[in-house]
Amino acid sequence: MAFNYEKWLRPGKLPHIWCPGCGHGIVMKGLIRAFETLQLKKEDTALVSGIGCASRLPGYIDCCTLHTAHGRAAAFATGVKMAKPEMNVILVGGDGDGTAIGGNHFIHACRRNIDMTYIILNNYIYGMTGGQFSPCTPTGHKASTTPYGNPDPGFDIAKLAIGAGATFVARGTAFHANQIDKLIVEAIQHKGFSVVEILDDCPTTYGRRNKYKSVIEMMNRLKEVAVPVKAAEKMTAEQLQGKVLTGVLYKEEKAHYTDEYAKVIERAQAAK
Amino acid sequence: MSKKVAFLQGNEAATYGALYAGCNFFAGYPITPSTEVAEVMAAELPKIGGKFIQMEDEIGAMAAILGASLAGSKVLTSTSGPGLSLKQELIGYGCIAEIPCVIYNVMRGGPSTGMPTGPSQSDVMSAKWGTHGDHPAICLTPASVQETYEEVIRAFNLSEKYRTPVMVMPDEIVAHMRERVVFPEPGEIEVVPRKAPTVSPDQYKPYDTSFGDVPPLAAFGSGYKFHVTGLNKAQDGFPTTKAELVQAEEERQVRKVDANVDDIVQFEEYQLADAEVVVVAYGSTSRSARYAVNVAREQGIKAGMFRIKTFWPFPDKQIKALAAKVKGFVIPEMNLGMCSLEIERNAQGKAPVLGIFRVDGEPINPDQILAKIKEVK
Repeated sequence: MAFNYEKWLRPGKLPHIWCPGCGHGIVMKGLIRAFETLQLKKEDTALVSGIGCASRLPGYIDCCTLHTAHGRAAAFATGVKMAKPEMNVILVGGDGDGTAIGGNHFIHACRRNIDMTYIILNNYIYGMTGGQFSPCTPTGHKASTTPYGNPDPGFDIAKLAIGAGATFVARGTAFHANQIDKLIVEAIQHKGFSVVEILDDCPTTYGRRNKYKSVIEMMNRLKEVAVPVKAAEKMTAEQLQGKVLTGVLYKEEKAHYTDEYAKVIERAQAAK
Repeated sequence: MSKKVAFLQGNEAATYGALYAGCNFFAGYPITPSTEVAEVMAAELPKIGGKFIQMEDEIGAMAAILGASLAGSKVLTSTSGPGLSLKQELIGYGCIAEIPCVIYNVMRGGPSTGMPTGPSQSDVMSAKWGTHGDHPAICLTPASVQETYEEVIRAFNLSEKYRTPVMVMPDEIVAHMRERVVFPEPGEIEVVPRKAPTVSPDQYKPYDTSFGDVPPLAAFGSGYKFHVTGLNKAQDGFPTTKAELVQAEEERQVRKVDANVDDIVQFEEYQLADAEVVVVAYGSTSRSARYAVNVAREQGIKAGMFRIKTFWPFPDKQIKALAAKVKGFVIPEMNLGMCSLEIERNAQGKAPVLGIFRVDGEPINPDQILAKIKEVK
């Protein structure tokens, strides 16, 4: 039987704003499958985003949805989670929103290890504003603001998250659609701050400037560069050149923020 | 039974006022001269099961209180000039998404880092014009420690009643001076609860104007699910670019305050009945003004004071009425003439407006005000 996505979609809010060939819809379907697998209650689930193409995703999903300001999803979400620790708080957004203007909130959410899940759709570009380079645009690549090639080195989002203290970090791609929901399920089940980076494509503003002839070519690239962590263990450094690891990259059980704050309340009340 | 009395600093009193009003969530970032609010909140909130969080920056603190308010908390943040500038985008978010919250901003010298420990009154225009776009603004400027306590409670009430951010802006003198505070008994001062939805979750719309200009706000995690955005939105909360819907929503947001000015605006009239010269003052400056008025009266000059308690919305009606009958206004303020502009706008040339402007980190003394009162012919 075909999977019923409509249960989680808001009636009348489609079609979405994404361009033909954009992978965001694939991720959204993965997210819905994950929500359904976990049997999340809509009323107890908050989906929080910033600004950008990916940040429009919550508007289509039927739960408590908060489309905040550019870069601020993690900080708004922290307020929601602190106020209602029993809620499932999931963040979604793009690479520019999350790692440039929202970079500070991102690393501090990681550091606090607050029990939320952040799904970052990394398409290496600011799509909504027409294709300016982001902190994830590879060096040398073209964007509307790097007409002679990008001089900036890019972020490795997963390494950034691990370094900042996130206790669950995974990576998938829009090509590997079947893996997306599995990673998100595991991330949401994890107690602590979990980050799922999904490598995505933006044919409209990134692909056409960087010699990708078609969406299929962009999707094929995702397929080619992705190496599951298990497979990578058997590969040499040379073989791994230019590849990107996928799957669960890091996992650690550690005290998480709202639990720790509950202890602060206990201590304050004991001292009263 | 005698009431509880304490000797408190303005910032401490603000915190206890917030707790009286039912504040149960605070997010902030350290900044002089308002940090005491965060320190007292960090100690007091967990005792009552409330939540305190020190965020990574001023913007994050503003975002966190908006998120917590949407999840049903009564929220406060505290800051000062540079922090207020950083928070401005999200104050606008609070205005358009109509999220109750209180921003306590202690006015210090500026612009930029300015004079962090010096008093100032130069944020009063930022309170109204700091965030971009048309939006409602409510800003209270207390003049004593007791009044800071009470005005913070009123700020929470206005914020819930009108579903909009409210600012409380003491100058640094009011924030840091110590005075006697008499605490009200529980129930003595009204605490306004948030208007909860009366319809079932499937009928609920977060901006449903069939309930009036201030629609009920449900809380995330209370059985209601809805969408909140900083985009112009329709009554169901979803973004729209339909011209007539955008126009109507924008006008309603501003009308929430404009149509209720008499409910919001508070002021004190001191020796005004026969006054020919009116000192218009707010915050600590009004304390010097009161002294100057008393001395002027002793010297046979018919002086009085109009003390602004609610800076925004501005007491236009009252100033217009005074302008029609007085010889002149004297406006002492610790900026280069911000309130004076509002007085000139309302005086419409009917009475001269004489300013005393100090931005050197020193308070305005009564003798300066008295000398200016004597200049009014």
